[in-house]
Amino acid sequence: MANEVLIEIKDLTREFDGDIVLKGIDLIIHKNEFVTLLGPSGCGKTTLLRIIGGFDDPTSGSVLFDGMDLLKVPAYRREINTVFQKYAIFPHLNVYDNIAFGLRMKNLPESVVEEKVRRMLKMIRLEKQAKRNIDALSGGQQQRIAIARALVNQPKVLLLDEPLGALDLKLRQEMQYELKEMQRESGITFVFVTHDQEEALTMSDTIVVLNDGLIQQIGSPVDIYNEPRNRFVANFIGESNIARGKMLKDRRVEFEGHVFDCVDRGFNEDEEVDVVIRPEDLKIVSSGEGAFKGFVDAVIFKGVHYEIIVMVEDREYVIHSTQNANVGELVGMVVAPSDIHVMELGV
Amino acid sequence: MNENIKRFSYPYIVWISIVIVIPVLLIFLYSFIQSTGEPVVFRFTLQNYRDFLDPIFLNVLWHSFIIAAISTAICLLLGYPVAWVVSRLKPHRQSSALMLFILPMWINMLLRTYAWITILSRQGILNKILARLGMGPFHMMYTDFSVSLGMVYNFLPFMILPIYTSILKVDGHLIDAARDLGASGSHVFRKVMLPLTMPGIITGVTMVFLPAMSTFVIPQLLGGGQYIMIGNLIERQFLLTGDWHFGSAISVVLMAFILLSVWAMKRFDGGGSQAGTAGKGALPW
Repeated sequence: MANEVLIEIKDLTREFDGDIVLKGIDLIIHKNEFVTLLGPSGCGKTTLLRIIGGFDDPTSGSVLFDGMDLLKVPAYRREINTVFQKYAIFPHLNVYDNIAFGLRMKNLPESVVEEKVRRMLKMIRLEKQAKRNIDALSGGQQQRIAIARALVNQPKVLLLDEPLGALDLKLRQEMQYELKEMQRESGITFVFVTHDQEEALTMSDTIVVLNDGLIQQIGSPVDIYNEPRNRFVANFIGESNIARGKMLKDRRVEFEGHVFDCVDRGFNEDEEVDVVIRPEDLKIVSSGEGAFKGFVDAVIFKGVHYEIIVMVEDREYVIHSTQNANVGELVGMVVAPSDIHVMELGV
Repeated sequence: MNENIKRFSYPYIVWISIVIVIPVLLIFLYSFIQSTGEPVVFRFTLQNYRDFLDPIFLNVLWHSFIIAAISTAICLLLGYPVAWVVSRLKPHRQSSALMLFILPMWINMLLRTYAWITILSRQGILNKILARLGMGPFHMMYTDFSVSLGMVYNFLPFMILPIYTSILKVDGHLIDAARDLGASGSHVFRKVMLPLTMPGIITGVTMVFLPAMSTFVIPQLLGGGQYIMIGNLIERQFLLTGDWHFGSAISVVLMAFILLSVWAMKRFDGGGSQAGTAGKGALPW
């Protein structure tokens, strides 16, 4: 992947009637990157997307696009196209004319328009429905038209605002795969907004976790999952057990009354920390062997694994295991040093 | 539908029959008969229609059409931007803004139209103001101008309301989408807003054109005694001349003419946009 910078966002803020939605965003988006803005609703991710698309102006800060000031360019002249949350397909146009809309705005000859639209229709497998009215199509089909309508313009960046939110689970998974394929083939930078962490982990090259108008962490899906920087990220991405602990020295952390080996360094001596352990990294052993122990409180069958809740005094640990356990049983738990993730103390 | 609920519509059907269907049928009947001098004996005839083919009457019809069309066009040109501006206001402001347009309708139409005479006449308010500025006096009353003005003033709300409603129905994301796909302001309007609000435009045009075409009060007050539109012609046949048969024939011609215009409008809409469920007009046809 080329590491050329495409969009550079500096200290961006946005205020709506005294409500600060973006509190200083710094972000670099590279060419050909699949970037996901991930966060709960109200975190500012859609506002950020709308500013890049040109539908909203920031209160302060700058956005550079290929080194040029993007904020001075009106939306209709940006080399950026958007797939809207509710698709926003023109109801007065048929499938073909919807996809051709952007090309016709550029005054391309109709023969070129036809060729490009046909190619898109083929890609989204709706060639036979070209002359259909929009309301005769399913949600999944409308979704694909919205993507085709944006992609046909061959923009440098495609913005996607929770485009899969309205689809059912199976279709959503199919579309995740298709989108990733489209991005790889077209070489277009995708900026994808979602609140669904699984979607983000599946498709992205880079995930930007947002909360409360601030970037919490930027990194690859693996980094974000394995090395969450704070309590919010750990909780938002996947399930986590988070324990209070104390960093005794580099690679030694104490929690639940035991001293564990770990791989983290760079904290102060005796610094209070949060310790994150993913449910699948905790192993149940007999009560004598475990580093710490507790009583099994509940066992839930989840298909691939059992979800076992173990209470250590009044603290709850969630364990995903393929082995069953008996409720009420006293069990021990172990965790490998590399599976202990130490973070700065969260609020 | 439930029989019980259906029953509630019976009084309405009876009412409609008495005040609309029967009178219209009577007008039809009257237009095709001729009195023979004897009280109950009538004869079928097309003479009433033949009489109307006189160039004088055809001219009146044509002139009425032109004035109504011009007034409707002015209402559209004024009404669309107003409806647009109102729809962009904050929600609580929108209702008060709409109130401003509806409020004059609470006053009797005759009074409102009379008021224009004091404004437009030779010694009227407008000419006095213009005189202060060293202009005029202008001859404004009893002209096409004063009649059209009266129509625009009286019928403008009927244009604004349906267009306003249809603008509200357009999803704001569609405008974003059009801009996103490279449409400038005028393109957004022509390619997206106009087709999507066409049902409202059609309804508005119909609701202004119909009364403008058939009104007799406005031309009578603002046009004066010499100013004849088709509505005045009908009025005279019934109230002055007493020729109910000829009056009925003109009414039928006017009805046919209006139906034809509405039908043409509908055709125009069908060709202009293949809109599916994108907000059909407020009127049921």
